[in-house]
Amino acid sequence: MKKKNGAVRFARVMGGYGMAFVLLILVVFFAIFANRFLKTSNIFNVLRQVSIVGIIAVGMTFIMLTGGIDLSCGSIAGFAGVGAAILMTQYSMNPVLAAILMCILGALLGIVNGVFISKLDVPPFIATLGMMVSIRGLAYIITGGLPVFGFDQSFTKLGQGYLGPIPIPVIIMAITFVLGAVFLAKTRAGRHIYGVGGNEEASRLSGVNVIKIKLLVYFVGGLTSALAGLVMLARTNSGQPNAGEGYEMDVITSVVLGGISMNGGQGRLGMVIIGVLIMGVLSNGMTMLGINEFVQKFIRGLVLIAAVALNNFIKTTNTKTISK
Amino acid sequence: MQENILEIKNICKFYPGVRALDDVSLAFKTGEIHALAGENGAGKSTLIKMLTGAVEPTSGEIILNGQSYAKLDPFQAVKEGIAAVYQEFNLIPHLSVAENIFYGKEIMNGPFVDKKAMAQEVQKELDIMGISLDPMAYICDLGVAYQQLAEIVKAVMSHSQVLILDEPTAPLTSKETDVLFKIMRRLKENNVSIIFISHRMEELFEICDRVTVLRDGKFISTRNIADITRKGLIADMVGRPLGESYYERQKPLGDTILEVKGMNSRKVKDISFTVKKGEILGFGGLVGAGRTEVAQAIFGADKITSGEIYLRGKKVTIKDPVSALRHGIGLIPEDRKNQGVLLNLPINQNITFSSLKKVMRGPFIQKNKDLKVSENYIDELKIKTPSVAQLVKNLSGGNQQKVVLAKILATDCEVIIFDEPTRGIDVGAKQEIYSLMRKLADEQGKTIIMISSEMPELIGMSDRILVMHNGRIAGELQKDEFSQEAILSLASGITGG
Repeated sequence: MKKKNGAVRFARVMGGYGMAFVLLILVVFFAIFANRFLKTSNIFNVLRQVSIVGIIAVGMTFIMLTGGIDLSCGSIAGFAGVGAAILMTQYSMNPVLAAILMCILGALLGIVNGVFISKLDVPPFIATLGMMVSIRGLAYIITGGLPVFGFDQSFTKLGQGYLGPIPIPVIIMAITFVLGAVFLAKTRAGRHIYGVGGNEEASRLSGVNVIKIKLLVYFVGGLTSALAGLVMLARTNSGQPNAGEGYEMDVITSVVLGGISMNGGQGRLGMVIIGVLIMGVLSNGMTMLGINEFVQKFIRGLVLIAAVALNNFIKTTNTKTISK
Repeated sequence: MQENILEIKNICKFYPGVRALDDVSLAFKTGEIHALAGENGAGKSTLIKMLTGAVEPTSGEIILNGQSYAKLDPFQAVKEGIAAVYQEFNLIPHLSVAENIFYGKEIMNGPFVDKKAMAQEVQKELDIMGISLDPMAYICDLGVAYQQLAEIVKAVMSHSQVLILDEPTAPLTSKETDVLFKIMRRLKENNVSIIFISHRMEELFEICDRVTVLRDGKFISTRNIADITRKGLIADMVGRPLGESYYERQKPLGDTILEVKGMNSRKVKDISFTVKKGEILGFGGLVGAGRTEVAQAIFGADKITSGEIYLRGKKVTIKDPVSALRHGIGLIPEDRKNQGVLLNLPINQNITFSSLKKVMRGPFIQKNKDLKVSENYIDELKIKTPSVAQLVKNLSGGNQQKVVLAKILATDCEVIIFDEPTRGIDVGAKQEIYSLMRKLADEQGKTIIMISSEMPELIGMSDRILVMHNGRIAGELQKDEFSQEAILSLASGITGG
């Protein structure tokens, strides 16, 4: 009986701010065992490392709140990167113009996802899996499989520059999060996103244009993926057709760690930043401890499963206590 | 052989606030076809679930094969030879008929399932029954009628002594029904007892030996079918004093608000009617008669294939719920949990969900305004909750229903369609919903269309009743013509179109 109470209490706490607690434990752990971990420069380093995943996580949160998923985000990011790289080098396009153009193109690819899902009823997993492969193919086609480099310094600032002590990618991520959070909490469409994820049929009967909402979230997904792709390009200073491969895994893990339910309708964008940071701290800390890349990969996969298991545990335990 | 294979004695089943079965005793003879009759909510399905072990009796005794049980569990029920065919199917769509019938007791050939042997067994049985059905056909490729027959074959092949058939004829054509009746008669010759439920009165008289009537969870009568007339049976089923109080209309009716002309959809045919301002128009009929489909079609949730809708004399096109709400038509759907509320969102977000424009300034929702609108409705509709931020899933059914009502009211709808407004709601909350509906019609001049399967509610609340049968309006009853008999006979197709 006592144990049960413990589990219930645990679930209550975790349902609120538990992931922030997990983050804190990780930080304390690495602070003790990796002595350079808590240095200001390293903290900004972590933030800069997570910024790309973080930016995509905003769009992914929109999508997962409706009960969907976007596996094509890494491919869209890679495509936007090489696209901009080609425009800037081969067509000597103005960097700002190239970036805007690729953001629009990324958003359009998101809408294509949305059309498959909402109009043609292709399950989100399948639609975006297909798009993941196809868009990656596009990235290889336009580059001929070769890296593209040699851009203007004004562009590389986007990924490497600082504003005061703060890296520019971190600022971009922060702005994306704030805009996303305000949109979700404050606008009509934001409410409707939660509604569609919570109960699509009830939303439809409440006068919500469900198709429009789905198109919107995949649009945001494509847009944030493209933006992240541009930041990535600027940071690495070279357009790689395979850039962003496997990012969907880190992004989805972060979003799930942030408490967004895979079924949709539940969770707050504000908590997703915690999920993003957990992934970042884990990877940075493990590197500092000299754990090699392969082992890190192994651990990251387990973290995803643990996060979902925890999420379900919290849900069932909390529902049980409520129904009593 | 015992005379009574199955007997229940003084069975009670109480749910909080509801007596689903109240001291019911009855017996089923070996080798008889025994009908259970009664309105929706009379206790038939609770009784059946008790026999299959799905529901535990609160008190009483079940005597099966001369042995007494305080309750049956599902495993025991199957072992003791009770099989049931429900309205909802329990077949696995991507397995064949034979595989479904032998599901869990497959014929094996070494480590492999012997599909051929199972198919042969089933074919033998099908031949005896005279059903033309391919045992290798997949369930998902079969029509509803054949799925139903497969389900029945499965029950028969489990060699049960008591076979429960819950509305088995609903999806069947008259020819298929004849096949079913033939099977039933043959089973009866083999001393199988059949408990048969059907809303089609004529079938009871055709196939059954005896009929037991339940009403409001109480045993009313068991009689030989030969000793009773249709009228007598209906009187037994409905002859109840109204348990609830209703509210009379205080104001005269206004002008016609809504007119539907010759509306057809996939499921309803030739629907025409008008409703006046301040009127409560009831829709009666059996489950599946097409009432919900009419509501969904008017609300734009189902496609209309032809027909016209006029609002205040002006023709309107309603292509989806968005446009229905824009025109001032709101729907409170029958399935509250799946179609009405957003369980995981707080009350305020539910209430303003359809009318967010009103609480916004520019592109942003104003939290204070949002909460205030919700709090006003919580007061007005007396929604019982500790706070406006409470998640809707933590509210009782009655309060959830009020939240859905508040959502529709917040859109300033003039015409509100209530589909089963009090389903699954306890008696006290029902009263409140009734008084709210009357107030809306009288004081705010709202026009209400109410679909209800509860006779007393339909009669008590409505100013006028349309009764549907088989997707059509079978008849219209004015207030002075209201009676349960009149509604039931229109609903079951005995009278009217």
